Amino acid sequence: MEQHWKSAKGLFGAVLGPPLFWLVLFFMIPMGIVWLYSFGENRGLTEIALTGTFSNYLRALDPLYLKIFAKSVGIAGLTTLICLIIGFPVALAITFAPPKAKTWLLLAVMLPFWTNLLIRTYALIAVLRTEGYVNQSLQWLWNGLGAVVGVLGVGSLGPFQPLELLHNNFSVVLGLVYVHLPFMVLPLYSALDRLDTSLLEASLDLGAGHLRTLLTIVAPLALPGIASGVVITFIPALGSYLTPDLLGGPDSQMIANIIERQFKRANDWPFGAALSFLLMYMTFIAIALQAMLSRRRREPS
Amino acid sequence: MAKRSAPGPLEYLRRWPLQLWLAGVGIFLYAPLVALMVFSFNDSRRNIVWQGFTLKYYEKALNNASLIEAFVNSLTIAAVSTFLSLILGALAALALWRFRFPGKAGFDGALALPIVAPEICLGVAMLVFFAKVLPWPQGLPWPLNLGAIIIAHVSFSFPFVAVVVRARMASFNRELEEAARDLGASEWRTLKDVILPHMAPSLIAGAFLAFTLSLDDFVITFFTSGPDTVTFPVKVYSMVRFSVTPEVNAASTILIVLTVVLTAIALKVQGDPASTAGGHAALDRPKNRP
Repeated sequence: MEQHWKSAKGLFGAVLGPPLFWLVLFFMIPMGIVWLYSFGENRGLTEIALTGTFSNYLRALDPLYLKIFAKSVGIAGLTTLICLIIGFPVALAITFAPPKAKTWLLLAVMLPFWTNLLIRTYALIAVLRTEGYVNQSLQWLWNGLGAVVGVLGVGSLGPFQPLELLHNNFSVVLGLVYVHLPFMVLPLYSALDRLDTSLLEASLDLGAGHLRTLLTIVAPLALPGIASGVVITFIPALGSYLTPDLLGGPDSQMIANIIERQFKRANDWPFGAALSFLLMYMTFIAIALQAMLSRRRREPS
Repeated sequence: MAKRSAPGPLEYLRRWPLQLWLAGVGIFLYAPLVALMVFSFNDSRRNIVWQGFTLKYYEKALNNASLIEAFVNSLTIAAVSTFLSLILGALAALALWRFRFPGKAGFDGALALPIVAPEICLGVAMLVFFAKVLPWPQGLPWPLNLGAIIIAHVSFSFPFVAVVVRARMASFNRELEEAARDLGASEWRTLKDVILPHMAPSLIAGAFLAFTLSLDDFVITFFTSGPDTVTFPVKVYSMVRFSVTPEVNAASTILIVLTVVLTAIALKVQGDPASTAGGHAALDRPKNRP
């Protein structure tokens, strides 16, 4: 039974005090200041007057910024969907693997996730850039094909045109999927692992195919796990900064890049603060939706 | 010779479409990293076509003073912030596990905020905080000049530790504690001999998590670091913006190997990789709550 705090005030203070102090001073107060700044105005170079204005939020409704918000949600949503499609079979295979293989497969999924994000992004740049491994391989194939065509005397293929794989929306989505796939696989696995396999066996015994069993038995039962996988993937994807910054082109900037610009180059902190809290609210909405969904699933109607 | 049986109804791993799928995902996840590591040994400045084996880029990376400095900074920050996060996280978990107090739900919720808040939001909050409220003095001797970054890293790491430790404490049998008290052990003695041993595996998992989070962090550090407090990711970022060079490959390979070694140690101590699955259990939390 939990102890009432009054029965051991000294111990309670010693245990709760330090983390509470840290959380308030080094998290709540910084966040609070940003929140206050979002209602402020620039005065001079470094002064910010807290005037209680909503103009920063109104400015975020400008079509220019609305488009970036919509684009960010679209990119994060597409990333999540692709992660779900790629990750679900992986999670399924891990769930029903023999124990030893299961350990290794889980490790294989988690290892890239523990590897430095910057290194993984850099590795993708090396693969995708104009002189990258993909284009090199394609060029090699193209030249081979060209030689064959030349020998046959049907004409020539012309010089190789490298594919523009980097600095566009494609590379941003690819990079986000690459980075966030483990975020999807792990919660999916933990949800599938808790399923009652006898239900699946019953379904298969009674003549339903694998696909039908997946869609009508597994998916509904694992829905809370799918929902949490979707949210866990969507939230960091929505707020990602590094991937669009390094892999994206001029038109694939996401919210985080715009926020960074306000705080560094544009030096418009109030507007940056407003954008950053809009991103926070979007995050909260995503979490609330997931919580509602999983609560509804748990309560038998 | 025994003939291999046909795959059972649920042995998905033994069906070829799924095997193919897994192989594809494996290539997708690992090919870029493997290519990066292989080409760090490539004797060609342009770094595309294999020209022969060399270690010269490792030599170059190891002689690059600013790269080494950034690396040492990163390790120092990770070590100190892991230590502080462990203490704060374990205390927060103990408070939530042990006591009933007014505002408990509020504290619990607030503790989850640094976990779910987008990195960029935390980053700008730290930038503003260290610019306006607590300007970190310039030109402090090492390692005091890393203070602002360490504080920022603790702020987002210790809630993860709290989640991991709390999950472990849920399986603690409170009667053990009562027995210790009945047998005359003091509060402190009970904590040291009964509660801490039970907590130990989660402390190891939490330390691993905090260390990795700190070592990995770019965005928040990017907003708190100054010109003389560059960390490894920030340094690599500036090198990558400039160009793709085998030197970066070499430095990255060293860090990847370090990560793999750390992971192997953590698994050796921990046993089950599922329990080190990390912060992902954290966001999962509402679902796991009884």
